[in-house]
Amino acid sequence: MMPAVRRSLVSVGLAVGVPILLVLAWALATQGTQNLYFPTPGKVFDAFTSTWLTGATMTKHVLPSLGRFAIGVVLSIVIGIVAGTAIGATPWLRSLLEPMLEFFRAIPPVALVPVIMLILGIDDSMKLAVIVSGSVWPVLLNTIEGVRAMDPVLTDTSRSYRIRGALAYRYFVLPAASPQIMAGVRLCLSIGLILMVISEMFAASSGLGYQILFFQRQYMIAEMWSGIVLLGIVGVAVAAIFQLVERRVLHWYHGSREVSRG
Amino acid sequence: MRTIRPVLGVLGVLGFMVTWEVVARTGVVDPKYVPPFTTTAARLVAELGEPKFWSAFGDTLLTWALGLAIATVAAIVLGAVVGLVPFLRRATHTTVEFLRPIPSVAIIPLAILLAGLSREAALVVVVYAPFWQVFIQVLYGIADVDTVAQDTARSFGLKRRQRLRHLVLPTALPYVITGFRLAASIALVLTITAELIIKNPGLGRQIDLYRSAPDVPGLYALVLVTGLLGLVVNLGTRYAERRLLHWHPSVRKEGVQ
Repeated sequence: MMPAVRRSLVSVGLAVGVPILLVLAWALATQGTQNLYFPTPGKVFDAFTSTWLTGATMTKHVLPSLGRFAIGVVLSIVIGIVAGTAIGATPWLRSLLEPMLEFFRAIPPVALVPVIMLILGIDDSMKLAVIVSGSVWPVLLNTIEGVRAMDPVLTDTSRSYRIRGALAYRYFVLPAASPQIMAGVRLCLSIGLILMVISEMFAASSGLGYQILFFQRQYMIAEMWSGIVLLGIVGVAVAAIFQLVERRVLHWYHGSREVSRG
Repeated sequence: MRTIRPVLGVLGVLGFMVTWEVVARTGVVDPKYVPPFTTTAARLVAELGEPKFWSAFGDTLLTWALGLAIATVAAIVLGAVVGLVPFLRRATHTTVEFLRPIPSVAIIPLAILLAGLSREAALVVVVYAPFWQVFIQVLYGIADVDTVAQDTARSFGLKRRQRLRHLVLPTALPYVITGFRLAASIALVLTITAELIIKNPGLGRQIDLYRSAPDVPGLYALVLVTGLLGLVVNLGTRYAERRLLHWHPSVRKEGVQ
């Protein structure tokens, strides 16, 4: 065999080997036992297809959840970047707001759920507010930091060429801060997903989080496991999409780092 | 600017309190839902005199500390083993990348099922997410060892132990400590989350009780407490990071500026 082919075969084998072994071990360990809490992978797979892949649950629980997640995260990113650049570019505003922002970021987002429920009730707007209240902070604070730490040579250059306003914003400020912003967006996504689930665990009658907790309370164990697997798949898909987007947005950044490393 | 900064910061905090007070007093929002700041602050002070508050506070701290300790130790041990053996690193890569993004709250129902409505169930949740945070940092840290330094150490005939002590440890330490700092805040968030949903004793459960009572000033007072607690954890770990890494270029540079 050619060495290149062999090498790629080995890496594919290493990539899928452990997951396959784990599922096999799971199957072996649950084979024949009647343990209520740990169903066999086959049962979980059956529950997965019959629970989640049918039209009704898809449109009633999964898609609304994902929709709220998407809207919440987009809102957080937009608010974070707009407010972050304004605050980051204005030193006095930054000093004024910094302690308060640090405090708000430190509040566990879940602790705000009861407060938001009190003010907004328990409809979709409450769920969106919960998602935004937690996931806006990493984008906001990272944008502030990214804008603040802009290369002074860049700032001076744009100033001496009298590039101001929207133009400077688009071609200097945003690109310079984008590595930091993307790091914030990555955190924002995982926090948003967690808060999507949590917002549905309180006083909800639909959604992924509600369904999983419902299955647990009804002792529908295989269904509950399948819900956890589905959330895992959503988490992995979101992370993969983010990586693709990041590579596109920051390709110049990764490139320049490789060059400077030699 | 340097002397003015703290003044502006204090002004910002005062401004926030005044805005809150005015918004509640003038009825822009229903005071039933947003009690004035002074009412909340008075309630907070009253709460500090109650043994009930301190036992909830202690429970939260204990769950947090236990969860963080278990997650950190397990992550450092497993991370070091996986990180130092290239075969293991490659073989576990996909599994780690799949397990890591699973939202920690997804396993709350499983934890309840396994351990009931108890601190143990909360710990399952509190350990899960911080574990990955530290684990990944350990892997990155070990992978970041400079190849030139590695070759140098080898040609000077350093033994495996010496290489670990003088090369791998100093390179990986900043990563691990950053991971720990992040893990400490995540663990606190998850502790409160678990207490709210699993209802094991702690500040989170107290918040839920005040919500259903409903005792609105008490609810706001406790939310303030969780924020302050989070702030203390953030500042404390950041301070510890700077102390422990005072020799590291990234921290030394900060000091010079």
